[in-house]
Amino acid sequence: MSQLQVIALSCERGGRPLFAPQSFTLDAGQAMHIEGDNGVGKTSLLRMVCGLAPSASGEVRWGGEVTADHRAAFLRDVLYLGHSLGLKDELSALENLHTASVLAGQPVSRAQTLEALHTQGLASRAHLPLRVLSQGQKRRVALARLQLSKARLWVLDEPFVALDTLAVHALQQVLQNHLQQDGLLLFTSHQAVDLGRSVQPWRLGA
Amino acid sequence: MNAVFTLVVRDLRLAFRRKAEVLSGLFFFVVVAALFPLAIGPEAATLRHIGPGVLWVGALLASMLSLPRLFDNDWRDGSLEQLLLSPHPLGLLVSGKICAHWLLSGLPLVALAPVLGLQFDLPSEALGMMALSLLLGTPVLSCIGAIGAALTLGVRGGGVLMALLVLPLFVPVLVFGAGAVQALDSGLGAQAHVSILLAMLLPAVFFSPWACSAALRIALE
Repeated sequence: MSQLQVIALSCERGGRPLFAPQSFTLDAGQAMHIEGDNGVGKTSLLRMVCGLAPSASGEVRWGGEVTADHRAAFLRDVLYLGHSLGLKDELSALENLHTASVLAGQPVSRAQTLEALHTQGLASRAHLPLRVLSQGQKRRVALARLQLSKARLWVLDEPFVALDTLAVHALQQVLQNHLQQDGLLLFTSHQAVDLGRSVQPWRLGA
Repeated sequence: MNAVFTLVVRDLRLAFRRKAEVLSGLFFFVVVAALFPLAIGPEAATLRHIGPGVLWVGALLASMLSLPRLFDNDWRDGSLEQLLLSPHPLGLLVSGKICAHWLLSGLPLVALAPVLGLQFDLPSEALGMMALSLLLGTPVLSCIGAIGAALTLGVRGGGVLMALLVLPLFVPVLVFGAGAVQALDSGLGAQAHVSILLAMLLPAVFFSPWACSAALRIALE
């Protein structure tokens, strides 16, 4: 029974409303593409849904319960990937993914991690410190977290940035699998995304 | 608990891969402690008298040098965001970070202080008490300092602001830490000082992680 309800969520920046109150519902197996011009508040909306930023008004419900009151239970079901990847340059991809999985409360084995890196085409670089990888490769390490995660709700801020065509294709595949397994997906992107099924567009405007 | 342990291991591993950051604090301590005997001269009685105070001030400044890095790197690369999104209580995770910080910047000071104390002609009991008072005092410095680091996270020129916030709060630790060694030296016994240090340590360890979590949540909004 997983359903994300966003009820009259609004955002203020410097005393001015950034966007009008937003309300939408996302059910299991559904994806929502948040669209809008630069600076319209897409990232703020995603951060408020996760509870990283406070909202000026409104609330978010997960499975019918207000997330602000049941934070730990909600966070167990959420995976958020923002502009900064949350990876350490000095650690290898393996070490980074291991730490991330333990912190997310879903420890994974070394073999699973290696397999996820293999699908991202990074098997040969699993032991190198991240600082020697390119921007796109780092991004792929972060996306390997998606494959390892058991979270129901994925909140992805611009997941397709800095990826080559092959990686974009692979990521779309991963997202499709997630939706097929009744996962929920909330994401922003400036490019058209083909997830093989209908994606609700959500236009954010002042 | 597993998450806290993983976080401590991660921070220690990171520190071993950028050794310069940890070592610079220790070298600072060594240099400061070495400057005083050179400046004051080889008068043994004077050195014995000022030794505990100088070592304690040096340790305090050295542990403060490393504080800005406590949350800053995690904040820059987005790891802090992920900590806040972890289903584990943030207070526990933060206590793991503080613990790692103390292991890297406090514990080495405890080990170094008795060696540096030899320059001040401190007797062996005083050296032992120096190490003990630092062992109890430096975790308090890490705990209080972490609150300052969390409050000034992302503030321009935050380092100086943090020093102004945190140094006054370090005063009681300094007074009783250095006082313990002097009391032992003057024959009064240091038990009272040690008890007070311990009494400062316990609430600091208990409350600081929660205060830090609150400050971090605000910093990330």
